[in-house]
Amino acid sequence: MTATLEETAPAAAAGEIPSFEVTIRVLRYSPESEHGTSSYWDEHTLTMYGTDRVLDALHKIKWEQDGSLTFRRSCAHGICGSDAMRINGRNRLACKTLLKDLNISKPITVEPIKGLPVLKDLVVDMEPFFASYREIMPFLITTGNEPSGERIQSAAQREVYDDTTKCILCAACTSSCPVFWTDGQYFGPAAIVNAHRFIFDSRDEGATQRLEILNDKEGVWRCRTTFNCTEACPRGIEVTKAIQEVKRAMITRAF
Amino acid sequence: MQTHSYDVVIVGAGGAGMRAALESSGRARTAVISKLYPTRSHTGAAQGGMCAALANVEEDNWEWHTFDTVKGGDYLVDQDAAEVMAKEAIDAVLDLERMGLPFNRTPEGKIDQRRFGGHTRNHGEAAVRRSCYAADRTGHMILQTLYQNCVKQNVEFFNEFYVLDLILDHDLSHEDVPEGEQVSVAGVVAYDLATGEIHVFRAKSVVLATGGAGKIFKTTSNAHTLTGDGMALALRRGLPLEDMEFFQFHPTGLAGLGILLSEAARGEGGILRNGEGERFMERYAPTIKDLAPRDIVARSMANEVREGRGAGPNKDYVLLDLTHLEPAHIDAKLPDITEFARTYLGIEPYTEPVPVYPTAHYAMGGVPTNIDAEVLRNNTDVVRGLYAAGEVACVSVHGSNRLGTNSLLDINVFGKRAGISAAQYAVGAPWVEMPENAAARTVAELEAMRRRPDGERVADLRRELQEAMDKGAQVFRTHESLVETLDVIKDLQERFSNVSVQDKGRLFNTDLLEAVELGFLIDLAEVVVVGALERKESRGGHFREDFPDRDDANYMAHTMAYRRVSAAEAADAAGIPPHETRLDTKPVVVTRYQPMERKY
Repeated sequence: MTATLEETAPAAAAGEIPSFEVTIRVLRYSPESEHGTSSYWDEHTLTMYGTDRVLDALHKIKWEQDGSLTFRRSCAHGICGSDAMRINGRNRLACKTLLKDLNISKPITVEPIKGLPVLKDLVVDMEPFFASYREIMPFLITTGNEPSGERIQSAAQREVYDDTTKCILCAACTSSCPVFWTDGQYFGPAAIVNAHRFIFDSRDEGATQRLEILNDKEGVWRCRTTFNCTEACPRGIEVTKAIQEVKRAMITRAF
Repeated sequence: MQTHSYDVVIVGAGGAGMRAALESSGRARTAVISKLYPTRSHTGAAQGGMCAALANVEEDNWEWHTFDTVKGGDYLVDQDAAEVMAKEAIDAVLDLERMGLPFNRTPEGKIDQRRFGGHTRNHGEAAVRRSCYAADRTGHMILQTLYQNCVKQNVEFFNEFYVLDLILDHDLSHEDVPEGEQVSVAGVVAYDLATGEIHVFRAKSVVLATGGAGKIFKTTSNAHTLTGDGMALALRRGLPLEDMEFFQFHPTGLAGLGILLSEAARGEGGILRNGEGERFMERYAPTIKDLAPRDIVARSMANEVREGRGAGPNKDYVLLDLTHLEPAHIDAKLPDITEFARTYLGIEPYTEPVPVYPTAHYAMGGVPTNIDAEVLRNNTDVVRGLYAAGEVACVSVHGSNRLGTNSLLDINVFGKRAGISAAQYAVGAPWVEMPENAAARTVAELEAMRRRPDGERVADLRRELQEAMDKGAQVFRTHESLVETLDVIKDLQERFSNVSVQDKGRLFNTDLLEAVELGFLIDLAEVVVVGALERKESRGGHFREDFPDRDDANYMAHTMAYRRVSAAEAADAAGIPPHETRLDTKPVVVTRYQPMERKY
């Protein structure tokens, strides 16, 4: 290999994944540290690769530079819902956001999702989020005797609520909602999505109860259709559409 | 320190734990302790389906399913257990449907079924449509449905609590308790991640449902949190682990990343091709080709690469070809996995084949149990009040190689059995006294790691472990490769006693918990490798190049691995104490099927 080639293509060996430098700015909060209860920005410059995700960068910081950086993660491929965070101002899953898809010429900012109390660094208190979820009765409600076999449901009936069964409860939608930011009492998109999943299930008989709950002043009518939730959903659920369908059901069905 | 008392404590809130909780919480006072929020559990990553001989789309029966499971496991399956699982599969699927699971449907509105690796009609004639599924997110739907029903039943959860010790009334790691004498469970010691506080849970029954240990390998489909906690706790307290040398490598992990692409891709018609475009599975399994069991497909793929027929610039993977399938069909049946290919590799599966390579996926071995999910402390005696179900357990329904979909089945069938057994026992059982200093060992270990000013980094040791396991104990193994790996593990055990963490705080100290988890991984890797060295044959997921044939005369038996330390060493908690791993065997239960040559 000639010197010229080496200069122009330093990492050009066949199949080798090109590397690049990237700076990650993380908003930290650690009440036990010398910073006390004020949050602060922390910056790390890292060498990363083309298939690396934001989660890989956070792991690199934690594993090689600063073990105290704290975040939740588990499956690392977008199915467990642990690592929703604000990346460059947008809610995403760190494990589904490839660094190369962001503008790496500028520092990438990583913050905790908004609207839920921050406990440490990127870890927020998820209890209020799950409490709203539990309130909408997220389970099949039926009356009468259980059938001995399966309940019959046509493919078309199942298709009606297919989209909202994809929810992984990551809170990316709810914590992207401006209404939720200013009014923590609002159920938020995720709870409504999960209500939708049952309201439109032909086997379910609890729609009236759920619609009554969501007709509350902190219910669906607070939605201002800003579509933040739909953009934030890492599962591609049409969240705003689901909320609209619940609103329509309220008008046409129950009341 | 806080103390709690429950009739039943379930450790782990994945499929097995929550299925157990649904049975137990109605019968006895139950707590579920989970290191994650329940919906984060790795059951949710399962994709392809759950087999049951419903015969909704073609002729099928549970006896064929039993046979396939036994043959798939290369005859190391306990056949009584496989029969229980295949029979109860039908109710397990119907239970889930009635709980609300949105299965895909047939034109008549019944639960739809599709083909899956190793599942056949009439003892191997052809692939059969047996897998009940919800697109390619069946595990997600099972996890959500079980959690939804736990919400409905008001099941009590302790989320983000790590169970770090299992307390029995005898510490079997250094105490000899003769066969036939009673050993009972007293409870568990747990660590609250949010506060750093220790909680002691007294319980009449404890159910281990902590899942697998895929993180002993570098390339794995498993979550970061799958560190074999329940298996390691049992091992450390002197309970045996069964068949740990058998680890499943799933054929189709995204190349270089290990992210799972469901076997359903091949069930729906996908084809594996080598770098020359050849459908190579025709040579290895002429009858069912790409739908051969996972051990055979993974080995065939690795062999293609090894013999220079791989694809890509380095010829180090093969290709999963879906390009002949209709995009609409792909969208309806395989939406998630095709999105993984787009997101992580930038590959469009409609038009381009997807690079794949085997990825560490599933531990066939684990904590030995009988068919009522009771944990065994030797070949015959159960530990009273202790149960295990799911991947942490070894019933053994998977033998030396698990068939696809049988894990989702296992967690439902044996999770339910564990919940019922645990509650029934707890209702009539007396309390076992919890020792005063039950948490002493846990506290000492945590404090030693937290206070050590500097030392080895957790991430360095973990990477060395994972790389050594990938190099020496993966799809192909030899005496030399295993000895080399064991040397690395022994070295890491010594260095582990010098591990220190940077986060010295109490709140959400995940740095500290990663250190604890590393200890579990090192313990389990040793058992895997010691078992693999001793098993001088090839069977299912365990392939020894120096002993390429199955050897029923010498090895048609389960491996039982025990760890022994001296009493003095047991008292010294910091680090991994010097110990001896003793191997024993347990007979395989054979009922209907005599071992035959395994061809597909």
